[in-house]
Amino acid sequence: MIAHAIVFYIFSLIAIVSAIMVTVSKNTVNSVFFLILDFISISCLFIMIGAEFLGMIMLIVYVGAVAVLFLFVVMMLNVAQQKNEWFNSSGRSSHIPVGLLVSIIIFFELIIVIGGWKYKPDLLDSIAIEINTDLTNTQSLGSVIYTDYIHLFQLSGMVLLVAMIGAIVLTFRQRSGVKRQSYFKQISRDRKDGIELVDVENNKGVKIDA
Amino acid sequence: MAELFIFFEQIYRILFLLIPVLVSVAMIVWLDRRVWAFVQKRRGPNVVGPFGLFQTLADALKYIFKEIIIPASANKIIFILAPIVTMTLALIAWAVIPFSETFVLADINVGILYLFAVSSLGVYGIIMGGWASNSKYPFLGAIRSAAQMVSYEVSIGVIIINVLLCVGSLNLSDIVLAQKDLWFVIPLFPMFIIFFISALAETNRPPFDLPEAEAELVAGYQTEYSGMMYAMFWLGEYANILLMCAMGSILFLGGWLSPIDLFPFNAIPAPIWLILKILFLFILFALIKAIVPRYRYDQLMKLGWKIFLPFSLIYVVLTASFLMYFDLLPGN
Repeated sequence: MIAHAIVFYIFSLIAIVSAIMVTVSKNTVNSVFFLILDFISISCLFIMIGAEFLGMIMLIVYVGAVAVLFLFVVMMLNVAQQKNEWFNSSGRSSHIPVGLLVSIIIFFELIIVIGGWKYKPDLLDSIAIEINTDLTNTQSLGSVIYTDYIHLFQLSGMVLLVAMIGAIVLTFRQRSGVKRQSYFKQISRDRKDGIELVDVENNKGVKIDA
Repeated sequence: MAELFIFFEQIYRILFLLIPVLVSVAMIVWLDRRVWAFVQKRRGPNVVGPFGLFQTLADALKYIFKEIIIPASANKIIFILAPIVTMTLALIAWAVIPFSETFVLADINVGILYLFAVSSLGVYGIIMGGWASNSKYPFLGAIRSAAQMVSYEVSIGVIIINVLLCVGSLNLSDIVLAQKDLWFVIPLFPMFIIFFISALAETNRPPFDLPEAEAELVAGYQTEYSGMMYAMFWLGEYANILLMCAMGSILFLGGWLSPIDLFPFNAIPAPIWLILKILFLFILFALIKAIVPRYRYDQLMKLGWKIFLPFSLIYVVLTASFLMYFDLLPGN
């Protein structure tokens, strides 16, 4: 039990310190790496409380895909050398009021959430669904999501689909004059379309359509 | 005292797994070069030791004694971390591979998800190395590789869903035991082919070795690395290839099970079967390296997103409806 507690505190300490380092770190790429460390330690915490499915999904989705795209964008946009202005500027940055507003809203939301927080023994008394302790994590999640909460689940899938289509529509631009390779055209080409024999008149030349 | 004993026992078990894996990585590099040479009618490494078996050890010795050069403009911490990350991730995934019904280091509930997660983290070693070198070719290689690995992970994920539909469990031992009567390579043959090709792309093997295409990018993300750090990238890469072969044999070729459940076959110990299957897949990997020319980058992306992903998604629907119609779904 003591070892469990020690490991828990190590992971939560890493999570909190790396979350702070995300905002403090001066190099944007380092920020992303701290974000990854944060995700990893949070997924370790998930595994420690027995939610191994959530922990692994956290690793696969956030660390394996989302953070890679973050890194990708940060590296491609070459903002790596841009210094973090929070500590350098003397209050001139116009982002600070907006950031403060957002953080105050999140702070109050957190207060509301934690105010209604139920700890595990109280929670177990009040919930209606029976907990089957024989099932593994994955099975019980699946049997709840795909039966009782199927509409909410489908709805969140729809929201993601809309977001995906929106992202594609916003970034899609059709350029004219781009030469694209068409496999079907290439494969279905034979000697007749490829080669044309022309009798060339002297001093006239041939006109080739471009 | 008892805790201490368990601790040392665990360390012993980890070493018992890790050292054979490292040795077989060294041997597999030799095998790769021999197969490559065989296809091209060369001899390959045949001087050091019997059949040249110790060639990789000699190479490793050479790398150890070479100087490690860190470029002046590199981000030193990340530059040094990158090969360590690659090597570590390639090795920790072996913790969940079941070599027989009892011989598995960590028989966790979500074994296949763990494997998938670790192999999807593998991209970080490459992207860190490419960025931290602060040089054009490594950076281009890293960007290419990140896009490539993320794309092919998607199709590998969908293929895994296909297998899981037939098994009904995320545990690797359950996946193997579900193939007792019929290996999944037979009903899911198209998925096996797509898994194999995606594994080639995921491990940056030829014909998908664009991150280190020497004709265009010198050596891709490895350009600035030297000495032991380069060797770690190199060993990590081969450990990843072996891991993908192990994953393929567990998902499709029945893991440690013998092909026929009859006397001379099932007398052979289970780990040997798994090793033989891994070797079979690896020789296929090596042959493909020798005989197939490199893909163009846009063709690679097109293959991943426009062909493999839709096809494996359709196959998920097919598998699910087949299992539903014939009432074969596991768990009923």
